Amino acid sequence: MLVLIGILIIIAGFVLRFNPLLVIMASALATGLAAGLDIAAIIAAFGKAFNDTRYVSIIWIVLPVIGLLEAYGLQQHARSLIGRIRSGAVGGLLIGYLLIRQIFAALGLTSVAGHPQTVRPLVAPMAEAAAEAQNPALTIAQREEVKAYSAATDNIGLFFGEDIFLAIGSILLMKGVLDGYGYQIEPLHFSLWAIPTAIAAFVIHSFRLWRLDKRMRAPAERGA
Amino acid sequence: MITLGFVYVLAGLTFALFAALGVADRGNPKRFGNAAFWGLLALSMLGGDALGDFGNGLLVLALVAIAGTGQIGRAPGGDVPPEVQAERAARHGPFLLLVALIIPAVALAGTFLFKWLPGLADPKQATLISLAIGVLIALGVGMARLKPPLLLPAQQGRRLLDAVGWAAILPQMLASLGAVFALAGVGEVVGDLIGTAIPEGSLFGAVLAFGLGMALFTMVMGNAFAAFPVMLAAVGMPLLIKQYDGDPAVVAAIGMLAGFCGTLMTPMAANFNLVPAALLELKNPYGVIKAQVGTALPLLGVNILFIWLFAF
Repeated sequence: MLVLIGILIIIAGFVLRFNPLLVIMASALATGLAAGLDIAAIIAAFGKAFNDTRYVSIIWIVLPVIGLLEAYGLQQHARSLIGRIRSGAVGGLLIGYLLIRQIFAALGLTSVAGHPQTVRPLVAPMAEAAAEAQNPALTIAQREEVKAYSAATDNIGLFFGEDIFLAIGSILLMKGVLDGYGYQIEPLHFSLWAIPTAIAAFVIHSFRLWRLDKRMRAPAERGA
Repeated sequence: MITLGFVYVLAGLTFALFAALGVADRGNPKRFGNAAFWGLLALSMLGGDALGDFGNGLLVLALVAIAGTGQIGRAPGGDVPPEVQAERAARHGPFLLLVALIIPAVALAGTFLFKWLPGLADPKQATLISLAIGVLIALGVGMARLKPPLLLPAQQGRRLLDAVGWAAILPQMLASLGAVFALAGVGEVVGDLIGTAIPEGSLFGAVLAFGLGMALFTMVMGNAFAAFPVMLAAVGMPLLIKQYDGDPAVVAAIGMLAGFCGTLMTPMAANFNLVPAALLELKNPYGVIKAQVGTALPLLGVNILFIWLFAF
């Protein structure tokens, strides 16, 4: 029963916004002590696990490539691709962006788009302009909604695309944790099992974007 | 035969280079902290097996001490000016995308190739080895065509890593915590507790508890990565995988995605939900969350259903 203290420490530490690395270490120490291990044994156990799961942190070797490509304008190129989505309708536009975001993320290109990179300078203004063309009497509340949906679409595209890439942090984390229980699983299996949810996310969110589109066409009923 | 050791050497050299470049970066007031952090990580990658368990534990304590006392920072600026980037993008755009695609393409192709031609590389680690080879090929192709200054990729890569900061090792730390949980038998204890809450022998009840638990813990902590080792120890491992013999890959992969549904619904995930609202100057700081709930809830249901359908 006492070993659950580690879980409480994790929750409290994350909620109170302590440095997560400190929280994790405190949780490991408390859990180990509660299980009757001495400090040196806990440190050694954590050190062994850290050494055994080093592959979780090898994803950062891609950064020099990403840094090189971004210095030569990869983000600008991605932006110009997104700018070329040809849809006068707010629904079609955001569905197109959702698809592109999911595909980029699935290929490991998570940082070519994002809130500062693409949503604020590109997607939100394009969506707002499309909604305005559909309904010149757009209320302030409706403008807010279109902008909020632009940001939401970016998050959903990212979250439910990135886990298809073979070497994203969450996949290697799963591999690392399951390794700790004695299950050795290739990253490809986790990737493949992320695909059904990626499709479901696309279908569900596209349906909601289609409904947003219809709302933006109806004459404004809500006051600003 | 190529093993994971090759990948660790490559990663170790990369981190060592980042550390060396970091020391020289006078614009960063915390350059020594950064250099020590990436340097220790380089040591772990290159020499972890020689340090022994306790030595590795001390190395982790040092990493935590550096991060926990706020010794990691970054130099402001240093971006290539937007006009230069735009001009280069116009010239190289499609080529850049092609180079970026080399990495996943080689990772995927190598995964199958090394299984098909055993003896070349450790088949159990085929993906990670292929990923590293893909990085080297992409870097070689990019350097050959773009002809940047020799150290530019390392400098830009270091700046990107400095921006990530200590969070770069968060997944590895959580995976290690999961191993300590396993050692201490946390899973058995929570499994017993939850076992009394879930109707005896109800597989669907256990799946529901796992999926909802992932989403709820993620909402509370703002982070699906942190929720994962907890929920796996509590429900995923003792009930779904051990008792009901579920496929661990399905339980983990879709369980994580159930957690991501939680991320969409919580202000604790400020980076994704509150920062964009501010960036877009929304009046309602929770406007983005409001727009996401309608997708997150049905998708959570779908994920729970998928685990139930696909894992057993």
